[in-house]
Amino acid sequence: MFILDFFKTIGRYTLLMKKVFSRPDKWKMTFRQIVIEMETLGLSSLGIVFIISIFIGAIMTIQLKLNTSNPLLPEEMTGYATRDTLLLEFSSTIMCLILAGKVGSNIASEIGSMRITEQIDALEIMGINSANYLIFPKIVAFVLMIPCLVVMSMAVGLFGGYCVGVFSDIISSVAYIGGIQLWFIPYYVFYSIVKSLVFAFIITSVSSYYGYYAYGGALDVGKASTNAVVNSSILILLSNLVITNFMLV
Amino acid sequence: MIELIDVHKTFDGNEVLKGISTTFEEGKTNLIIGQSGSGKTVLMKSVIGLHQIEQGKILYDGRNIPNMNSGQLRELRKEMGMLFQGSALFDFMPVLKNVMFPLEMFSNMTQKEKEERAKFCLQCVNLDPSCFNLYPSEISGGMQKRVAIARAIALKPRYLFCDEPNSGLDPFTSLGIDRLIHDITVEFNMITVVNTHDMNSVMEIGDNIVFIRKGHKEWQGSSANIFNSGNQYLDEFVFASNLNKKIKQANDLIMNN
Repeated sequence: MFILDFFKTIGRYTLLMKKVFSRPDKWKMTFRQIVIEMETLGLSSLGIVFIISIFIGAIMTIQLKLNTSNPLLPEEMTGYATRDTLLLEFSSTIMCLILAGKVGSNIASEIGSMRITEQIDALEIMGINSANYLIFPKIVAFVLMIPCLVVMSMAVGLFGGYCVGVFSDIISSVAYIGGIQLWFIPYYVFYSIVKSLVFAFIITSVSSYYGYYAYGGALDVGKASTNAVVNSSILILLSNLVITNFMLV
Repeated sequence: MIELIDVHKTFDGNEVLKGISTTFEEGKTNLIIGQSGSGKTVLMKSVIGLHQIEQGKILYDGRNIPNMNSGQLRELRKEMGMLFQGSALFDFMPVLKNVMFPLEMFSNMTQKEKEERAKFCLQCVNLDPSCFNLYPSEISGGMQKRVAIARAIALKPRYLFCDEPNSGLDPFTSLGIDRLIHDITVEFNMITVVNTHDMNSVMEIGDNIVFIRKGHKEWQGSSANIFNSGNQYLDEFVFASNLNKKIKQANDLIMNN
């Protein structure tokens, strides 16, 4: 039964994506929607990304400094480890897991509410491809915005580490900046951005799927929203494993 | 004309529509009536192609919906307007933008022309211009229905479908909505199909009435002969309210005298 449901879900998701990536009824309207979604999904996430990144960067610096206090290790290790952790995992994977909660639930509940209030049926009756009109701009907008969010998260995280390290006097400014420049591999930034693009697609498409097929009332929209967040998170972790295996190993 | 020939629809082995055949004519308000659970909503959703039927034909001026691919169906739907039970207005757009939406998607009008057309439609449904820039959540249920009708007629559809247009409205507003639907149908010579169980609507605008019972077409006629249909089930439905019973008694009394 579980296996049957699994394949049914895969089939429905694939068919939905086929509808989503068909030719829009009117490109002008689609571009307009993309700009609106860039603001709704991307710009409105800047605040949470900024706050979480600055605090995680700061906490990571403190933890690393406390746990790597060894005369044999150079002081630059703290900045170095903070940078690589932020670049490789935090700013892409962990940040996208957090955004799966914020953006994913937003998308699933918005589309789910439209479904149960017959707004999606109204679009269909007008002869509009509702999946394309509603979901395509969200996917494009978030995929376009995610690299900006990831790069900003990296920069803000490093800045948070610098502030707490220097102002609380646990590491010198020279050692921290020296650490974040030490053995810098630009490919890590590329790797992180590639991962985030895949995660952005997962978050928007999976959440849209659960919203689009929501059925019933307010309670079911809530369930759809929960399913969207849980399944997006699992898929992010799985794809993280696969991409890391392909790009780093 | 919309023609239904032997339409069957089943859900999980439960046959909801059992071979319905009827016609909906242009310039007339065609009503589908019946008790809750009789299959009228399924019938309407099948007619507009939201449900796929297992057997039968649904002909829109000769074009059979079950034979259409998704592209053809989408083209046909551009000729349809629909008023949903809950209005289904886009809650992220103000009233005027809601009415302009189909024009934005499918017309090559200039922005000014679209705005003028939308305002004209809103005037047709007697909506006060002060409401044009309000959001659907800021206007009453009756006004929402009017906006939904204005949106449905914005592209000058040939077919208009209304799913329980009076649900949740007071009798006075319901009457206004009924008359509006009827006037628009006659004025634009549309084929209008209304799904209702409101007897006031039946008497007010029922040019062609199809009574559905347990998935079968039980009776078809007009509001003029509904009181004397001779159909037991239709009589049970029509005279369920005391008011209609008394009208019938008064009618019989007059006839006997």
